[in-house]
Amino acid sequence: MELAFFEAALTLYFAAAVVSIMELFKGTKTTSRIMMGLTILGFAFHTANIIVRYVNAGHIPIAGLHGASSFFCWCIILLFLFLEYRYSIGLLGSFIMPMVLVLMLSSAVLPRKIEQLSPVLQSYWFGIHTVLAFTGDAAFALAFGVGIMYLLQEHFVKSKHLGGLFHRLPSLQTLDEINYRLITIGWPLLTLAIITGVIWAESAWGTYWRWDPKEVWSLITWFIYAAVLHVRLIAGWRGRRAAILSIVGFCAVLFTFFGVNLIMKSIHSFI
Amino acid sequence: MKILVQGVNHRSASVDIRERLAFNGEKLEEGLFGLRKLPDIREVALLSTCNRVELYACVSNLPAAADSIKNFLAEFHGIKRTEFERSLYNLSDAEAVRHIFRVSSSLDSMVLGEPQILGQIKDCFDFALNKKTTGVLLNKLMKKAISTAKRVRTETRIAENAVSISFAAVELAKKIFTNLAGKSFMLLGAGEMAELAARHLLNNGISGVTVVNRTYDRGCELACEFNGRPVRFEDFLTELVHADIIICSTGAPSYVLNRDQMQKVMKERKQKPVFIIDISVPRNIDPEINKIDNVYLYDVDNLQDVVDTNVQGRRAEAEKAEAIISEEVDKFLRWMSALDSVPTIVALRQKAEEIRQEEIGKFLGRFPDMDESTVKAVDYLASAIINKLLHPPTVALKDDSEDRDELIATIKKLYGINGEED
Repeated sequence: MELAFFEAALTLYFAAAVVSIMELFKGTKTTSRIMMGLTILGFAFHTANIIVRYVNAGHIPIAGLHGASSFFCWCIILLFLFLEYRYSIGLLGSFIMPMVLVLMLSSAVLPRKIEQLSPVLQSYWFGIHTVLAFTGDAAFALAFGVGIMYLLQEHFVKSKHLGGLFHRLPSLQTLDEINYRLITIGWPLLTLAIITGVIWAESAWGTYWRWDPKEVWSLITWFIYAAVLHVRLIAGWRGRRAAILSIVGFCAVLFTFFGVNLIMKSIHSFI
Repeated sequence: MKILVQGVNHRSASVDIRERLAFNGEKLEEGLFGLRKLPDIREVALLSTCNRVELYACVSNLPAAADSIKNFLAEFHGIKRTEFERSLYNLSDAEAVRHIFRVSSSLDSMVLGEPQILGQIKDCFDFALNKKTTGVLLNKLMKKAISTAKRVRTETRIAENAVSISFAAVELAKKIFTNLAGKSFMLLGAGEMAELAARHLLNNGISGVTVVNRTYDRGCELACEFNGRPVRFEDFLTELVHADIIICSTGAPSYVLNRDQMQKVMKERKQKPVFIIDISVPRNIDPEINKIDNVYLYDVDNLQDVVDTNVQGRRAEAEKAEAIISEEVDKFLRWMSALDSVPTIVALRQKAEEIRQEEIGKFLGRFPDMDESTVKAVDYLASAIINKLLHPPTVALKDDSEDRDELIATIKKLYGINGEED
């Protein structure tokens, strides 16, 4: 059941990603509606999959890279749907759905077994800490997509190549503002995730901070986004530089997420 | 009944001829009534804009009507026929319908896809409708011209993307700033093109205009006109910090703003984006400025390139529009030719109805004490037989076949109908 839901979601996201890329080249209202329809349907199946896994595991189903990456996608799509509903930013899907597809595919190839949490980790802190971290990261993922859109549009305006994409992409100001807003959502969530993580570590392992690679990389990520906000407020770094920083920041997020688990040894290996 | 279009436009005639043939103000009504009174003209409408003077008419005799219209124009405007005859186009039937649809869809306009012409066509037909110089045919044609234009507008991108420099500037501004409302704007120097662009920006809700000019008095004048604030040329760098959009067209022989100065300005305004349009020749703003983050500099050539690309885009769309128009012309001609058979159908029905009433009368005379329900039944029977019998010829007449004219003649002969049309 759970598997069927996941496959259905993956297939629909795949279709949505294909349509979203087509939209980049020749977009109409119909293509964007089809893309949104596929995404919403896929999201419904995805939600069902997560609920089934939740019931089976008895906790948020993010132990193991498969579950973690799948849940991460779910958060991204949730936020994406919210943004579309609230601002309806043209072409955002074309930059988000392919990324979601890659993450979902990586989730699909990773082992799907629901890992049992070791007894020391079983506490309500697990739910709070992970949900905070994932939603924060989802906001950064969207900021990354919007940042790329900004750089593209900025390139068009600067170089005076005003083709079809220029007309269909949102204005620079809109993109910059949304990028900023996403980071102001993501950064406090990440801050809280780190704080709750520290508290949880103390209750589970007896130490607040162990300089574990995952902890270190989370901290690096945190500093990057703190810098984005800081230089924006102090020196007015906006536009291109802010967009580049949000892209760099997301690379750090991805490394914290996957890189640490795959390359380094971490006590955080359950996700 | 034939459709006839006669007229001159910006391609066929010089402005001099167009001016002399124009129907301005009261002349429009006078001209319309004068034309309506010509012997061969049944319906007429007149369009007179700065780029064209055209008349649309339904006529019973094409060559005669065309000739009398030319005489009328010559007399009405006091201009010799030979002077305008060569510039005047004379279109009929399918060509005439196509022309009207092309005009309303803005394919015949000087600026391809410009929106005003549709309004002008509407006004022209409304006026004629009010003055009762149009009838079934022109009214239908008018509706079709408007709906075709709307179809072209929604199904092609002919009206998209700016095709003038000042519109291109506004379009760009909207891709840099989401909303122009609340943005402040500086006019650096004066010039016709700069003023035009400024006006377009102001129409888009921009607020806070500052006008900088070397001669302070001229600056004050302009500022007054735009409801803005004059600033002395010496102070313009400090004012620059507050400007989001700058249009520059001073007559200075060299750069008035260089990269270092602009960099300082950007620092002071905390990197808020600036859109600079330099329409002066020689350029007044160092092109290097475009390399600074959040500064977007366009000169007159850049804007012209944008316009040229957009014009090319519209030309490509025009081909799609022509296909739509061909489709609509066909539909209209089919409707029109169906109109030919209408009088025959009406006459046929009338004849049948007469026969029915006559026979029912005779019948009642012969059986006077028939009760009412039987009378009704007989009446019904008679109608039913007539309808059944007339159905196939009616369908055949309405059907769009090539030998319809022959068919009309045959049916008239068979049923003994010899009333003239109309």
